[in-house]
Amino acid sequence: MNVLCKAGGLAGVLASFLALSFATAAGAAPSGPPVRIGCTLALTGPLAQTALLHKIAAEIYVEQLNQGKGLLGRPVELIVLDDQSKPDVTRTLYEKLITVDKVDLVMGPYATSAILAAMGVAQRYQKMLIHNSFGMPHLAKYDMQIPALPFGPEPNRTIPATVFDALASTSSPPKTVAIVTSKFPSAQFISSGARDVATQRGLKVVLYLEYEFGTRDYGAIAARIKDAHPDFLWVGSLGLDSNQLLEAMRKLDYMPARHLHLFPAPGPLATAPDGKLALSTTDFEEHPPFTSSPAAVRFVGQFHERATRAGLPYVKVDAQAANEYAAWQVLEAAVTATKSLDDKTLTQWLRQNRVDTIVGRLRFDGPNNYGDDLTRVKQVQDGTWVVVWPKDVAAPGSRLLPP
Amino acid sequence: MPSLTLLGQSVVSGLLAGGLYGLLALGLSLSWGLLRLVNLGHFALAFLGAYLTYQLGTAFRLAPWFSALLIVPVFFGLGVGLHVVFVRFRVTEFTSLLVTFGITVILESVIQWFWTADFRRYETPYGTSSTRIGPLFVPTLDFLAWLTAAALALATWAWLRFTYVGKALRASAEDPEIAVAFGVNHRAQAFVVSGVSAAYAGVAGVYIALISTLAPSQIWAWLGVVFAVVIIGGLANPIGALLAGILIGVSESLTMAVATPAWAPLVSFSVLILLLVARPARA
Repeated sequence: MNVLCKAGGLAGVLASFLALSFATAAGAAPSGPPVRIGCTLALTGPLAQTALLHKIAAEIYVEQLNQGKGLLGRPVELIVLDDQSKPDVTRTLYEKLITVDKVDLVMGPYATSAILAAMGVAQRYQKMLIHNSFGMPHLAKYDMQIPALPFGPEPNRTIPATVFDALASTSSPPKTVAIVTSKFPSAQFISSGARDVATQRGLKVVLYLEYEFGTRDYGAIAARIKDAHPDFLWVGSLGLDSNQLLEAMRKLDYMPARHLHLFPAPGPLATAPDGKLALSTTDFEEHPPFTSSPAAVRFVGQFHERATRAGLPYVKVDAQAANEYAAWQVLEAAVTATKSLDDKTLTQWLRQNRVDTIVGRLRFDGPNNYGDDLTRVKQVQDGTWVVVWPKDVAAPGSRLLPP
Repeated sequence: MPSLTLLGQSVVSGLLAGGLYGLLALGLSLSWGLLRLVNLGHFALAFLGAYLTYQLGTAFRLAPWFSALLIVPVFFGLGVGLHVVFVRFRVTEFTSLLVTFGITVILESVIQWFWTADFRRYETPYGTSSTRIGPLFVPTLDFLAWLTAAALALATWAWLRFTYVGKALRASAEDPEIAVAFGVNHRAQAFVVSGVSAAYAGVAGVYIALISTLAPSQIWAWLGVVFAVVIIGGLANPIGALLAGILIGVSESLTMAVATPAWAPLVSFSVLILLLVARPARA
């Protein structure tokens, strides 16, 4: 009896605790009219492969917000429209989001040209635009645009410098370089900067080629690279350009000693036989120190689950998804700190404060609101990407491996 | 100054790329020339064939050659079915553009729904194998695609030239009323052409899966150049389609080798414009 009484008392205490927990949780749950946030993404068209990663990351963040306190205690409603990878459609849809859907806030679309189109609309209506994949900072003239992509104001100079620093740290730094780049704006911009940086550092640029975005046959380009026979090949690639170029070179029984790919599809390149020891750039990979924060660990887990459910062949988080997540962290930080949804207030706060994100501590007080370039160099090792440069953020036990 | 090896390798690359252009152009050329239907859906069918090859190869470990044995008859049936729709709704040459554009968009969405927008790559052990001839390398798969294109072009040419059905089809395309007066059943033969055309799209799809990267939006990447090939080669002219494919392929490749790769896409249309200026009857 005594035991039963004690058990009953314990159950009562437990029940009270659970009820209290529930009440507390219910009290914290967001309520009221939703904060409506709109954006477009390239859900169809040639940029859809990458935009899909952004969509998953954005949905995860909004879900996390709604499971927590929302924004200003209100639930968040995300409106994503398909811009079909077309800047003109992007422009129209942002007009619609702002004037017809009357969203409270807008977030940026994916890719430089779409962001530039959205930026024009945001400027017309004085809306803050947080974006995370704009590769040409000198064109971001609108003072209420906030770049969450940590490229710094001169990625055409700083990204190649980081890459050539990494190569110079090896026992056999390259002496000749071939640069082959897509004419996709940001890739072309950074790759043409790579030519200048290489020349300034005394490397001989033996080949510089530009090809159209969407090129199908890389046979002749591969033949020209083979003919130039560089120590290091810089490919200003997007998506699967890199895989196709490497395959074309393999068909000619040729492979450059070292090759870097600017914006490749990470999965196919990491798992391709010719992707072994390939280099690329990033600001987040799934290993410490990037996964040191609980937010990053939680995001990585949820991303795996969602990407698997979406049927994606490669489910690891890389810079694309991480930058999208970071953009939302920036937005939440500004709204929470200012307790406001006013675009001018939010922008002003962001330009005066730094925000901790999963890709690092971001600031927005430099030229065109850009902060530091946090670009890292990664390499395919044992079929997976690991950061190898700078050394302080390299994966534990990893280093830049020679060819 | 590019080396002779570079020029030679570029010609080989262009020649082989031209085979794939010719293979894709073959079916389109037949339906346009013999049925007066501009079938934009041909590209979507080719990519559907490519995705099916990928799926059968990766999920069921089926060799692409066996996949082709399944895909070709299924696509023949699809082509016949498509023509039933065209006949039922009395689709004309002009309206076929709109209708097949819609079909392409629908098929693109279906592909994206099933396989997602992400890239798909069908990796095979022979995907990057080549045969060396002196200083030049001939990629195996590209060469097989070229051989297939050449064989199909020759067979189709012989079919149109020497068989009763082929002659009847050409007669119907030339003057339908006179052909009917001579007892040609164009309606029945049109189903065969539509089926053959779709089956050719399936064959092209198998090679696209083996050679290229798959993404739903890639459907549109081939459209311009293949249209140019069809027009340059002449409607319902299988040998012409192959030769035009080779012409465009080699021109593009040489442009990439001696000038800049970014100019390559201009080549197909520049050749087309030059040809139309020189021979306006093709317009």
